[in-house]
Amino acid sequence: MSAATILEEEQKHALHSREFGFWIYLMTDAVIFALLFASYAVLAKNSAAGPTSKELFDLGRTSVETGLLLVSSLTFGMASIALMHDQKGRVVRWLIVTLLLGLAFLGMELSEFSGMIDKGAGPEVSGFLSAFFTLVGTHGLHVALGSLGIVVMIAQVLTKGLTAPVRSRLTRLGLFWHFLDIVWIGIFSVVYLPGVL
Amino acid sequence: MLGRLTIEALPFYSWVAMGGAAVTVGGGIAVFLLITWLRAWKVLWTDWLTSVDHKKIGIMYVVLALVMLVRGFVDALMMRAQQAFSLNTEGYLPPEHFEQIFSSHGTIMIFFVAMPFLTGLINIIVPQQIGARDVAFPFLNSVSLWMTAAGAGLVLISLVVGKFSQAGWTGYPPYSGVEYSPGVGVDYWLWALITSGVGSTLSGINFIVTIVKNRCPGMTFMRMPMFTWTSLCASILIAFAFPALTVVAGQLMLDRTLGFHFFTNGDGGNMMMFANLLWIWGHPEVYILVLPAFGIFSEVVATFSRKRLFGYTSLVYATACIALLSFTVWLHHFFTMGSSADVNAIFGIATMIIAVPTGVKIFDWLFTMYKGRIEFHPSMVYTIGFMVTFVIGGVTGVLLAIPPADYLMHNSTFLVAHFHNMLIPGALFGYFAGLNYWFPKALGFKLDTKWGIRSFWCWIIGFYLAFMPLYVLGFKGMSRRMEHYADPSWQPYLIVAGIGALFVLCGIACIAIQLYVSAKTWGSARDITGDPWNGRTLEWATSSPPAAYNFAVLPEVTDIDAFHDMKILGQAYQTPQHYEDIVMPKNTWVGLALGALAFGLGFAFVWHIWWLVALCFVLSLVCVAIRASDDNSDFVLPAAEVARIERERLAEISPADLHDMRDFVPRGVASGAPLTGTV
Amino acid sequence: MNHSADRSQSTYLTGFVLAVLLTAIPFALVWGGLLVGPAVYAVIAVAAVLQVIVHLVFFLHIDLKSTPVENLFFLVFAAVLIFIMVGGSLWIMMDLHHRMQ
Repeated sequence: MSAATILEEEQKHALHSREFGFWIYLMTDAVIFALLFASYAVLAKNSAAGPTSKELFDLGRTSVETGLLLVSSLTFGMASIALMHDQKGRVVRWLIVTLLLGLAFLGMELSEFSGMIDKGAGPEVSGFLSAFFTLVGTHGLHVALGSLGIVVMIAQVLTKGLTAPVRSRLTRLGLFWHFLDIVWIGIFSVVYLPGVL
Repeated sequence: MLGRLTIEALPFYSWVAMGGAAVTVGGGIAVFLLITWLRAWKVLWTDWLTSVDHKKIGIMYVVLALVMLVRGFVDALMMRAQQAFSLNTEGYLPPEHFEQIFSSHGTIMIFFVAMPFLTGLINIIVPQQIGARDVAFPFLNSVSLWMTAAGAGLVLISLVVGKFSQAGWTGYPPYSGVEYSPGVGVDYWLWALITSGVGSTLSGINFIVTIVKNRCPGMTFMRMPMFTWTSLCASILIAFAFPALTVVAGQLMLDRTLGFHFFTNGDGGNMMMFANLLWIWGHPEVYILVLPAFGIFSEVVATFSRKRLFGYTSLVYATACIALLSFTVWLHHFFTMGSSADVNAIFGIATMIIAVPTGVKIFDWLFTMYKGRIEFHPSMVYTIGFMVTFVIGGVTGVLLAIPPADYLMHNSTFLVAHFHNMLIPGALFGYFAGLNYWFPKALGFKLDTKWGIRSFWCWIIGFYLAFMPLYVLGFKGMSRRMEHYADPSWQPYLIVAGIGALFVLCGIACIAIQLYVSAKTWGSARDITGDPWNGRTLEWATSSPPAAYNFAVLPEVTDIDAFHDMKILGQAYQTPQHYEDIVMPKNTWVGLALGALAFGLGFAFVWHIWWLVALCFVLSLVCVAIRASDDNSDFVLPAAEVARIERERLAEISPADLHDMRDFVPRGVASGAPLTGTV
Repeated sequence: MNHSADRSQSTYLTGFVLAVLLTAIPFALVWGGLLVGPAVYAVIAVAAVLQVIVHLVFFLHIDLKSTPVENLFFLVFAAVLIFIMVGGSLWIMMDLHHRMQ
């Protein structure tokens, strides 16, 4: 075997390992979110002297945020399909659409947060708000990192082309992005919907 | 500019604190000068600090653990000395100092002795046991190491700049909250936990992938050596339990720095949730520390009884059971918090159930020894000492698992005696056994057995003297963590415990002497064959120390105890038909840089130096980005070079060096089918 | 996660439609006030669990045949642990809450 082929073999194995390792990482991240959910559930009614969830949450905004993330999952799926068909241009275009949706979600979340803080409902007001900002903020932070990842991957697709490592990274980023959407299902089902009841 | 860091952070307020700082700084300077004097900086940098070789990373982990063991033991000695004398007096340690000492003792021993020790041993051995050339992610391995080292660095520097936490190693709020502990101590503790916790999580994921994906041909799950099995289970526990630590430490940090109300007394906080979340991590952590040691005992007991491990399958299932059950018992750490009888009873019963698979293991080891030709090598002696002593800890553990009994013993020295009785024989003796057993594999020469046996006797006598009195004191009602006391009937026990600590000091000294003596006479104790103990598992098939690639040709396995069979069948030490090119990872400075940045980030956060926090964070992202876009991190070791290394190795081995395997050849029908007809 | 065969456009679209439905049901119930009492929480919970499964199957392409066994193992293991940790925490904390009143 030549050095080039043996490197290629090794790389294939390494990429498989990375995909499996990333899967385990996602599971550990899921445990982090699960415990943040548990903390929120314990503290949800502890609004102390501050406002309650019913006074603060706006289902209209939440439903738009939910829509943005859900559509972004679909558009990332389109990028994955384009990747399968080796269509570099389409991969980049769908990634840009996904990125824009992600950024729009982040913008809405930031405006929600700043609106709450302006209303005197910042995380330092009560146990409920601490848990709310930590849980939703951690998810937002993940979306921000995912968006950064999309930017990096767009750059890599454009400069390196659809090489094996780039493909593998895109697949993993896709897993991450879909995973964040699953966490969001938990957030609107545990935080927002019961919060306005 | 420097946040809350002022000149007052330096320890000029007390002689004891200054002494600690002087030793820390002096030790650092001494190491620096020694390396400079040996002109070893370049070697250190290229061969060690930037290395991604799992064996070297493992050795560095173990060195870190041994250094921190000394530091953590000094804390223990100071506590024992204080309590031996402080009947109705203040003793020599003021309360705030005593509190820092017991907090740092627990933190160091768990996070910076036990964790790096077991991670180091797993690193050195597991890839070789499964016939692999490296871990799955060599670079990530280096990141893990330096993150752990960064955490240890934060604990060490807290002696010099500022103070350490006074809230105990578990840091329960509200005392660890900003209201009652406004200083930097708890922040140091939190950042040490978070940085090393991230390192451990990454290690856990790395080992899981390594064991699942990198096994050599023929090595099915049920043919993996026991240490690999326990490492796999411990790694799964690490990956799934450490997130809980990250969450709870992050929440307490938010409480302290940004005024959140997770665990505060008022404003809707719930401090009981801290205990709940902490022990969701904390209980599996106990098994993270103990399971790899169980694996070491299994290897040692089989090798030095010259028998196949008894009940391999039952040991595997027992390990898996313990791993899962360890997630279902965390409430027994806070039975007294006020849960109803139903809740306490369920968790109490779950706790007692864990004793069953653990008992299975003890019997398996005993049956392995039964009718074996036992050789009293230091690692075997540690193993026997473990079995005898650990059972006592198990019994007191089942006692504590009964909620009404726990109400009496909770927070007493009985509890302190119990968990030391689990962790010293159960974990530390295992790591020492592993140190004696695998030292030649890692460094190429054997450790002196005389000093090894001496260290064992000092440790076990010291252990009994130090902790049996604490059981009694617990029954007499002594609370843990007392800086002074008024009951004169306690003092004799505390003096005995202090003498026990002195014996342990001798035990540590013996280990130091053992290392020194062995290093001095290493030439005569060289391990030429790579198999000094007539071992059974694949790590003994490589040379000692192994070549960077471990195996020139990946072995094929048909049963457990693969190397033992190879020796009987005459397949060991053979020259293969031809050698192949081998892909190796390149060394990189990025792991070290990330560790340094994590240290900087933690330090800056502790002192509220926000610009430095931002700088370290951005630089970390830059490092990750540099590494992530590097598609050229491997190189090829040509077959000719591999052939040269292997030829040199085999040429050194003469037939006289090899173990006589004639006694081990199976005879008769009862010996099993696979090997009949080969003689 | 390498099974390109079923990763067609229609899979994603099916998943998307199901997800939209399962999101719309609880939102509509809560918004319109169509149900009251514990039944609302039950519907929200069931819809959430179903939607998580939809995402796993249609977006993350989990299925019992082509997904590697080890990936499935860790998924199930994580689910069990999350159940133990979250369920246990809530049980413990609610019990304490109840007894403090």
